[in-house]
Amino acid sequence: MLSPRVLVLAGGLSHEREVSLRSGRRVADALRDAGCQVTVSDVDEQLIHTLRAGHVDVVWPLLHGASGEDGSVRDVLELLGVPYVGSVPQACRVAWDKPVAKGMVREAGLLTPDSVALPHGVFRELGASRVLAAMVDRLGLPLMVKPARGGSALGASVVRTAEALPRAMVDCFAYGDVALVERYVSGVEVAVSVIDTGDGARTLPPVEIEPDGGIYDYDARYTAGATEFFCPARLTAESLALVQRVALTAHAAFGLRHLSRTDLIVDEEGRAWFLEVNVAPGLTETSLLPQSSEAAGLQASELYRRLVEAALEPAAA
Amino acid sequence: MERASGSRLDRWIDAYAARTRGMTASEIRALFAVASRPEVVSLAGGMPYLSALPLDVVGEALARLVATRGEVALQYGSGQGDPDLRERILDVMAPQRVVAHPDDVVVTTGSQQALDLVTRIFVDPGDVVIAEAPSYVGALGVFRAYQASVVHVPMDDDGLQPEALTDTLLALRREGRRVKLLYTVPNHHNPAGVTLSAARRPEIMEIARRFGVLVLEDDPYGLLGFDGDPHPALRSLDADGVIYLGSFSKTFAPGFRVGWAVAPHAVRERLVLASEASILCPSAFSQLAVSTYLQTHDWKHQVGVFRDLYRERRDAMLQGLEDMIPGSHWTHPHGGFYVWLTLPPGLDAKAMLPRAVTHRVAYVPGTAFFADDQGQSQLRLSYCYPTPERIREGVRRLAGVMEAELEVLSTFGPGLSGAHDGSPPSRPRVQFPGPDLT
Repeated sequence: MLSPRVLVLAGGLSHEREVSLRSGRRVADALRDAGCQVTVSDVDEQLIHTLRAGHVDVVWPLLHGASGEDGSVRDVLELLGVPYVGSVPQACRVAWDKPVAKGMVREAGLLTPDSVALPHGVFRELGASRVLAAMVDRLGLPLMVKPARGGSALGASVVRTAEALPRAMVDCFAYGDVALVERYVSGVEVAVSVIDTGDGARTLPPVEIEPDGGIYDYDARYTAGATEFFCPARLTAESLALVQRVALTAHAAFGLRHLSRTDLIVDEEGRAWFLEVNVAPGLTETSLLPQSSEAAGLQASELYRRLVEAALEPAAA
Repeated sequence: MERASGSRLDRWIDAYAARTRGMTASEIRALFAVASRPEVVSLAGGMPYLSALPLDVVGEALARLVATRGEVALQYGSGQGDPDLRERILDVMAPQRVVAHPDDVVVTTGSQQALDLVTRIFVDPGDVVIAEAPSYVGALGVFRAYQASVVHVPMDDDGLQPEALTDTLLALRREGRRVKLLYTVPNHHNPAGVTLSAARRPEIMEIARRFGVLVLEDDPYGLLGFDGDPHPALRSLDADGVIYLGSFSKTFAPGFRVGWAVAPHAVRERLVLASEASILCPSAFSQLAVSTYLQTHDWKHQVGVFRDLYRERRDAMLQGLEDMIPGSHWTHPHGGFYVWLTLPPGLDAKAMLPRAVTHRVAYVPGTAFFADDQGQSQLRLSYCYPTPERIREGVRRLAGVMEAELEVLSTFGPGLSGAHDGSPPSRPRVQFPGPDLT
């Protein structure tokens, strides 16, 4: 197709709306540079009408959080028979839910920090102090507390003392009903993007993340200059190969399509710990996948165009 | 092993001025992005309800302006502002007994620019600016940009507390600190919704005189009182001790970005020079548009329309709060746009905001209105933009959010500390929420 008509879906009602809008603008610009006809749309009641009107060849759902990553918008695209960039709904549903995803990668033979995911109601029924004490006994300190679903580190915090845990839980439950409490693994924070433009999944160079404040929180993620990135990551060749293997294993284990980004930690012993996989990785100016792509000598416009073409390919799965 | 050098995605990262530290992406600001969705009842924004303007009449007047006076309207203008507009501004200030000569008026790009100019010409890094607790977020942003040290003074239902002001000034004097400005929003305060009582006004001015502190009176809401005539402006009590700031953003339209400062003669000269150095001149088109509006439209009637509309919305907000919000207390504004609500013990407005956004209601957490760590248990609710029905629905949602948050809080026990030890290094508290939220 000479000039595919792409509808970039950005915005949505999630906490990550701002990030999604930023990703959407970047991808739309890059696709225009690559000769695509691009419109950017929010998710609203006009969307189905727009899609049914038949002026769209392919949709790129760049929605972060909730309906964007839990597969539900993609379910609707499937219903309407509209090709789209990214993973199928069922794969999204599994990958989006961090506790489920962790269970799955463990079955696939990967390391992931010990954790427990509990809804607020359990703390209420069993007594929060007892449950929290059991968590600290079992997982030790420090701990990572984060919403079981959601991204951009919203609601996430590192907890170093038992006294600080209740406040972290309250902050986390403001973002969702289930909290994932995970043993905190210190080491090198790495993100590995996987792309598949129809010729098999392959990794882009791993990015090492070194935020100024030590914590890769929302501000550190989306303020240019607040974090130092190294691409490829400053790891041994062996570790680089390992983290790439982990990302490919995760991509395959979830049955992901076109693109994903796996976040992990490499500890002092060189072990790679899977943290989460993103089915709609951020594509903003400070995001990780575009940095990897550039380091691989791949122009964003070229890469995104190839992903669009892969989505249009009937055999793509 | 080959080691790549790091990238910060901003090649100028080491070049920024020290005063820009803390200008970062913010989680709170990101959450406000959701407030623009129609599903969300936004009680966050301080946007005037422009649908109440006769937009067709304004449109025709603008077309006529360009057709008949385009060569002036689209040209550079005077640094001090259009003389005709300055003359008309005197009429606008008359109800508050501000008596001035047109030469005393400096037109600015919104009163926000006037805040910037005043701070620029008076405040050196480390100088103290006294501000109410809480204070207007846009002013705090300016003070911070000039590296002022903001010291808050508490208010009650009658506005700034004179005794507390005296105590603060005495303490600062003892510490040998240099106080440059007393910044105050005396009428229908943003965000507190209170008004400085008529009785206190001379008292505040007397204290300012005694301590030799220049008063910066910011008055965008003065004409938007719901009950009777406005109080006399502080400027009317001491023309030489007050810089008065006015704005058309709330009584006409913020899109024109037209505000003004009325200052003592010598100060005015410096303001004009500073403004010319900054922007050459305010927009001639905007000034002539406002001037035409004031000349051809019954603007006083229009202000009355706004007053009636906002009064109805204020009533809806207060009734909704009365009916649905337990365990909290809030201010009862007699004008302006805002209610200031104090949450039940333990609730943290900033921490609760994500839950509110999930439940499709937005507000501004109280911490935005302080230069220090205050305001965690408070929030600002705006009633200016949503309809009364939507306001009620917003309050209903807020009640649900508070209930859910209280339940989580009760689960994890009282006495939770504000921040946990693993939280990122603390950043400056003033985070400008964005122009539509001021």
